[in-house]
Amino acid sequence: MHLATYIGLLEQGERTLGSSFRQVAHGHAEEADVFHTCLNLAAQCDAHVEALAPAIERYGEHKDAEPERLHAEGLSETRSGGIGLLRDLHDLYLLASYLDMAWTLVGQAAKGARDTEMIQIVDSCDHETTGQLAWLKTRLKAAAPQALLVAD
Amino acid sequence: MAADRVRDIWGTRTAYASGESWPERVDTHLVNGVAEADVERWVQSACLLCSNGCGVDVAVAGNQMVGMRGRAVDRINKGRLGPKGLFGWQGQLRDRLTRPLVRRNGELVEASWDEAMGLVVDRSRALLEQKGPLSHGFYTSGQLMLEEYYTLAVIGKAGIGTPHMDGNTRLCTATAAASLKESFGTDGQPGSYADLDTCDAMFHYGHNVAETQTVMWARMLDRLEGADPPQHVTVDPRRTKVAERSAVHLAVRPGTNQAVMNGLVRELIQHDWIDHEFVDAHTVGFEELARVVDEYTPERVSEVCRVEARDVRAAAEIFGTSQRVVSTVLQGFYQSHQATAASVAVNNMHLLRGMLGRPGAGILQMNGQPTAQNNRETGVDGDLSGFRNWQNEEHVRELAELWDVDPIVIPHWSPPTHAMQLFRYAEQGSVGFLWIAGTNPAVSLPELSRIRRILGSDKVFVVVNDGYLSETALLADVVLPSALWAEKTGTFTNVDRTVHLSEQAVEPPGESRSDLDIWVDYARRMGFTDRSGRPIPRWDSPEAAFDGWRECSRGRPCDYSGMSYEKLRGGSGIQWPCTDEAPDGTERIYTDHVFNTFDDYCETYGHDLLTGAAVTATGHAATRFDGRARLKAAPWTSPPENPGDDYPLTLSTGRTAYQFHTRTKTGRAPELNEAAPDAWVEISTDDAEALGIAEGDLVRVESVRGSIEVAARVSRIRAGTVFVPFHYGDGDGGGRRRAANELTITAWDPVSKQPAFKNGAVRLTRLAGGDGPAPAPDTTASARVTTAEG
Repeated sequence: MHLATYIGLLEQGERTLGSSFRQVAHGHAEEADVFHTCLNLAAQCDAHVEALAPAIERYGEHKDAEPERLHAEGLSETRSGGIGLLRDLHDLYLLASYLDMAWTLVGQAAKGARDTEMIQIVDSCDHETTGQLAWLKTRLKAAAPQALLVAD
Repeated sequence: MAADRVRDIWGTRTAYASGESWPERVDTHLVNGVAEADVERWVQSACLLCSNGCGVDVAVAGNQMVGMRGRAVDRINKGRLGPKGLFGWQGQLRDRLTRPLVRRNGELVEASWDEAMGLVVDRSRALLEQKGPLSHGFYTSGQLMLEEYYTLAVIGKAGIGTPHMDGNTRLCTATAAASLKESFGTDGQPGSYADLDTCDAMFHYGHNVAETQTVMWARMLDRLEGADPPQHVTVDPRRTKVAERSAVHLAVRPGTNQAVMNGLVRELIQHDWIDHEFVDAHTVGFEELARVVDEYTPERVSEVCRVEARDVRAAAEIFGTSQRVVSTVLQGFYQSHQATAASVAVNNMHLLRGMLGRPGAGILQMNGQPTAQNNRETGVDGDLSGFRNWQNEEHVRELAELWDVDPIVIPHWSPPTHAMQLFRYAEQGSVGFLWIAGTNPAVSLPELSRIRRILGSDKVFVVVNDGYLSETALLADVVLPSALWAEKTGTFTNVDRTVHLSEQAVEPPGESRSDLDIWVDYARRMGFTDRSGRPIPRWDSPEAAFDGWRECSRGRPCDYSGMSYEKLRGGSGIQWPCTDEAPDGTERIYTDHVFNTFDDYCETYGHDLLTGAAVTATGHAATRFDGRARLKAAPWTSPPENPGDDYPLTLSTGRTAYQFHTRTKTGRAPELNEAAPDAWVEISTDDAEALGIAEGDLVRVESVRGSIEVAARVSRIRAGTVFVPFHYGDGDGGGRRRAANELTITAWDPVSKQPAFKNGAVRLTRLAGGDGPAPAPDTTASARVTTAEG
């Protein structure tokens, strides 16, 4: 059974995304909305890790060698300026997309396993991950013309 | 003649019972030595010193304004005027700019209009060539005329093509617009002032109406003195006059509005004070709302908001058992971190009980400034003109057709840029041309040290239109002297959609010009033209601009097509929508409970209230709102800054009855200046005792961003919170910093983008004893404890 592997990926991925949101918040603190929103979203990621606890208890979380290629890289540093903001938010978008799909796949398995509790966990967490993606997309779209056309 | 409206802010009572019409009471003020017989003419207008929009006649003698009289015929005030309305206009008679100023060798020096406009146009052209339209930003006001806003909207959106246009309405009314758009699909006030005459309960959410709209409060006081008075409920951390007259006062900790709202909504659901038929037929989202509020028991609310659980229950019971409730909402909600969510929750309360669209049951999402509504309507404040939806290509095409330009010229790839982002772009240098009109961001925006740095920087060329050499004008590269209210003709619209004509009564001083004339001059010099080669804008007079706007608004919720200057002359103001079918205007909208949420009609598809993420067209269509209101929910989140060991107190900022905005006018009116001459900080008895601070002591108020030195007023504010009025700039404080916004945080609501002025952590230090009480009024929420207790 490989579900445990995917739950492990999810847990690790949420930790990575949470710390990446924090990284971007502090790296772009002068963008006040980015600062406050990213910190709020990081807290959501923390809550997702906690929400996974019962699933980990039930299924374990092996870190299998096979899906290693799916490991998500977090952000280790932030770039500066308008274009830097764009690229950092873009990176967050990729990470969150990766998690969005991971939640979807775990949700599919939970349905197959008739695990009602797991289905609920996935629904509520993935709903927030979708919200994170929607915010990132809204913010990126607003920032792009200025950053790509006018900024120094 | 008017009694002393400074001491007696709300005037003599004219009590009336539920269902009766509000009696007339005409207030007049003529300057010393002028008798009624000396007045050569009375010129029709409306007061420009708050969002109430009281009808006035301006007394003119010898080509000078000499007094003011309320218009008995006007539906808004029935003749009454507050202290600002009676006295504030006198501020226009002194310290006015009369010639353009340009910066030479670091100094502002007088210049001709030709020189000044030449500089503006040269810089504008050069930047448009080098960097394109995104290099240009416009930051306007809540105090210009509809015609001026619409003219600038057309120049900015069709002539230049920049998305960077906003007003200081972002600081005062953005959340009113945002919350209405989220709940009902478009902007547009559901309620009417007439609802105040028949309601049996009034809820005030962060709205100190006794000071912000004094004549509206006079109407409420008259109901309180009459038969069948309504019960009032107030949510406000200060013990305001409104709170004193309320059956329940929820003195919540700043930053917790969303928790108290979720608690109130939960109580309605728990007690089944719900109009299920209405909810089923006219709303979407009840189940999600019920799920989100479920954890907000009165006890949880008590813990988060530091109010009594029984008061939460009592407030909800009044809402749940009254038949006709009016809710009013203002800055206590709008200038907080979950501004839109909490204001939407007020709409939710009314939707759950079917309390709108009928007499006495209404929502008044208030405006802060007198013409803020027009900035919203015309779309110079981060909207598309006529409450159109930037995500809707058809709406953009309508505008393109009207303005005769290619739709691609009109920026609509994202929402227009909000003020805080506009200043951020200026800070980074990507906006290199910033035109500010009729507002004073160097006093009114948060974190002033940063704003001064941006405006004073070489990266951005700053043009300022103003009547005075304000703190902002002092930092500009070019200052253009503006004609003010009563020195030009135009219209403006109040909180409850009432449109007034304000006629020119006197000539502007010196070489001053109206903002409309200034922008038309700019556009002509720039040579903006439409596809047919006609100039943009096609007009150069207020009345022609108004006619242009009537066309733009046709078929939209804010429909002015049935209005004209002629129709607005003589009687009362008229409420939009005013069309061929409703030629006398419309008292109440949504009377059929069909809301503006149709995919092809709505102004926005909505947002996530926690992050501001935009809902897509597809997402909106899939939900099939189709005229049903959107019930939207959000959990309470902790505010961006919380008090701690170093900064143990929470800061709130706000207004006083006697001053308006940054005091450019009211500070120059002798009666008003005397009533509230200098800034202060309000502190509770408990906190004052703990810090060894007595009434009138000079104290330093510090946040991590800056500090001010002001006198302490020991008041009945809730313990743990301090309050500083935001009106007082540093420009006339004798070198001592006293502007509240030295302290405030740069943070804003994710949906409305309104700055969270009512949040921030500060500490107080006593510096010296005072020589008497603080210069804070004793007639209002800032009253001394000793006075208030008798």
